[in-house]
Amino acid sequence: MSKAREAKAAKIRQLMETEGDAVGTSTRGFNQGRYDSVQTLDDYEGLKAEAREIKEDAIERLPELLGRLRETIEENGGTMYIADDAADANRYIREVCEDEEAERVVKSKSMTSEEIEVNDELEAADVDVVETDLGEWVLQVADETPSHIVAPAIHKSREAIADLFNETFEPAEPLETAEELTMFAREQLGELIEGADVGMTGANFITADTGTMALVTSEGNARKTAVVPDTHVAVAGVEKVVPTVEDLQPFIELIGKSGTGQDITSYISLLTPPVESPTVDFDDPDTPITETETDRDFHLVLIDNGRLDMRDDEQLRETLYCIRCSACSNVCANFQHVGGHAFGGETYSGGIGTGWEAGVEGLDSAAEFNDLCTGCSRCTTACPVNIDIPWINTVVRDRVNRGDVSEVDWLVEGLTPDEEPGGVSLQKRFFGNFETAAKVGSLFAPVSNWAAQSSVSRDLMERFLGIDARRELPSFQRETLKDWFDARDSRVQDATRTAVLYPDVYTNHVQVERGKAAVRALEALGVDVVVPDVRSSGRAPLSQGMIATAEDHAHDVYAGLAEYIDEGRDIVVIEPSDLAMFDSEYEKFLPEKSFQRLSENSYEVMEYIFGLLENGAPADALQTVDGAEVAYHSHCQQRTLGLEGHTEAVLSDLGYDVATSDVECCGMAGSFGYKSEYYELSMDVGSELREQFQTDETRDRTVVASGTSCLEQLDSLLRRPSRHPVELVAPRR
Amino acid sequence: MSTGTVATFEDSLERLEVGWTHASPGEVATVLREVCDDPAVGVELPYDGVELPSWVNTDPTPADLRDANAGITAAGIGIADYGSVVVQGTPDGVEPVSLFGDLHVAVLRESDIVSGMPEAFEWLGEEFRTGHDSAIIATGPSATADMGALVKGAHGPKDVHVVILDE
Ligand code: SF4
Repeated sequence: MSKAREAKAAKIRQLMETEGDAVGTSTRGFNQGRYDSVQTLDDYEGLKAEAREIKEDAIERLPELLGRLRETIEENGGTMYIADDAADANRYIREVCEDEEAERVVKSKSMTSEEIEVNDELEAADVDVVETDLGEWVLQVADETPSHIVAPAIHKSREAIADLFNETFEPAEPLETAEELTMFAREQLGELIEGADVGMTGANFITADTGTMALVTSEGNARKTAVVPDTHVAVAGVEKVVPTVEDLQPFIELIGKSGTGQDITSYISLLTPPVESPTVDFDDPDTPITETETDRDFHLVLIDNGRLDMRDDEQLRETLYCIRCSACSNVCANFQHVGGHAFGGETYSGGIGTGWEAGVEGLDSAAEFNDLCTGCSRCTTACPVNIDIPWINTVVRDRVNRGDVSEVDWLVEGLTPDEEPGGVSLQKRFFGNFETAAKVGSLFAPVSNWAAQSSVSRDLMERFLGIDARRELPSFQRETLKDWFDARDSRVQDATRTAVLYPDVYTNHVQVERGKAAVRALEALGVDVVVPDVRSSGRAPLSQGMIATAEDHAHDVYAGLAEYIDEGRDIVVIEPSDLAMFDSEYEKFLPEKSFQRLSENSYEVMEYIFGLLENGAPADALQTVDGAEVAYHSHCQQRTLGLEGHTEAVLSDLGYDVATSDVECCGMAGSFGYKSEYYELSMDVGSELREQFQTDETRDRTVVASGTSCLEQLDSLLRRPSRHPVELVAPRR
Repeated sequence: MSTGTVATFEDSLERLEVGWTHASPGEVATVLREVCDDPAVGVELPYDGVELPSWVNTDPTPADLRDANAGITAAGIGIADYGSVVVQGTPDGVEPVSLFGDLHVAVLRESDIVSGMPEAFEWLGEEFRTGHDSAIIATGPSATADMGALVKGAHGPKDVHVVILDE
């Protein structure tokens, strides 16, 4: 393995061992909480759409809203400052503190203040900075960085925090329970807040109409930070402004549910500073608070730091809609196993971390962890503002490949597949051009398989391509699905429907049996099937960030299928990741009308069979059983498309007893699990699926899975073989 | 507001493990005595016929806030779906009084319970535009999971009790 890959693998291994358990337990808890909590909403999708619309509109009208906000803040008696970058913001904040002759600043949690590293600036100016969020304070004491955008100390277990406090503070009685640790921190921090001169908070949202900021918290530290000292500095990105107070409503309903899975956090502070509440001056502890002279100062520091450029960047703009809820971290299988110290850049972590890092820190920071997004797409339905997070990751990957962020017309650049820019690694290029490899593989099978499996070639593959030698390679079939199909006659007379079975690369060259099964099943139900010669979907290059190549595939695939659609044929797709291309990514590549036409006429194979059976096709034309037990793992993109239920229904209809896994992703994710730097992570993620299929209840069940990657992963995780569900239901001949 | 809304509000409080008591104006003092430990601080309630009893310190100093076991305030509205009470920041110190004690007692008129967040934000929008400048949507006690398990009572109250004022 190359040195760089070995170093990356080692870092991931170490984080899996030291932080993986703590991160995994919490994020899985948050994620489950989200599933439960959003069910309490009458119209979850409607609320998300509303939130999205408000953000789209606010970013579109940003200059106007900022102007409006400035007027409002000044009318209210506060000051608003727009800082160009971190240095500018830090200087301003330091000057405010110097004017106040502040000795101590208390802060409530704010990622934006982490982004600008304001603590360093203030400490250099001899101002004592105290983080009052309990998690942030733990990190301040431990001198560590956040590993999660909402729960910053998520990587630290209770035991580790107890050790830290006992060593640092040497309390009379050693601290042990979460309750003891919390009360100890509350007391320590309570005193520090009492003597603070300036309170610094973030702001989750700011309304332009009234200058009201919303702070979403649970501990109450933000409330104290804002109310106790008489000077309040709020630091936020310029993207946080929304038009009106009423616009806050969908966000307030969504943010807690999406993040930590709470219906709502304990406190939503809606403050229009300078607030009327009396300051609580502990230097003068015996004067009633209503008699203390309250002369509050308020500074809103809005930070650009790359955001206005992001606004002008058609691809990154969506990132600015992000409300930093953390759903995309919590739902992510890879994040659950390594946390933000591997899956993060200088400040931001998780799925959307790439977009933020690319925008505010630069491509290098984003490139560090961008590859950990496998494009499984589970985050897209979790995101309360419907951000296409995997797409942002793909765009950034493409730019990293190209090594030039200024290249704005990357999408229209007519690069041919083999002329991706020099920045694309050999590894990415190999996986991105898998279609070519598969063609050659089949042509020379079985020799190509023997040759590939030889220890000499495995060594070379690992060395030059970073393909982990511990992975079994796909075995190419000499006779492709297309060859087989062309050599036989259709068995259908008086067809009820006509369809194209899309020969994806894997079905055509490797998993040929499932292709044959699909043809037999469809024909048994009266469907006239053709298997044309159509190019691969472009999923492979897309997942390597080779967008121009993927787009090229999209045009060819559409051209290859359009006539069939016109002829009235349905497009049936076996591989869920290819269907997901037709159903979502192609929207970026094809004219709207073409995209719609392909998407509307494409079906996942089991979804299609479900539809045929619903419309009266005879179930007994397929193989029926009497209560046979199967363990089913759907595919991540298939679940995102809402299609796992069809497979379950068809199997149940035909007499199967189905137990379905509920892990977000099997860990393989196309080429990801082959890459030597990620092999161990991939297996670690897969271990959850293995556990679910090794319980007393599932151990003896036949394993079925929809995706190629999932099938490969399951084969390496379990002793028993796994198959595509269509192979179970198709008649044998 | 309908009885359905009040019932929903009570269900939400139940879920949050927040106690509540219905009281007529004349009963408020008795209820407060039952739920509060001394010393208690409070802010005068803006409801006809309701006065805080003399054992409630309505002119607290910072030291009193620090030592308070209970803080008693009015709540502008209650939000049935969430079991939230909206605490407004006022010059007489509702915000700090509701924040420093171990127990926060929110006194709320039954007719001020709204059903959900859209209704709450209609009310809030109106308030903010007519000059009120801050409000906290408080749902249950302060809490944190940062120390490895969920703990009630972080920087704010460990407990909340809602007195629903029947009219
Ligand atoms: S991208 Fe969406 S899911 Fe991720 S943190 Fe932002 S708002 Fe939440």
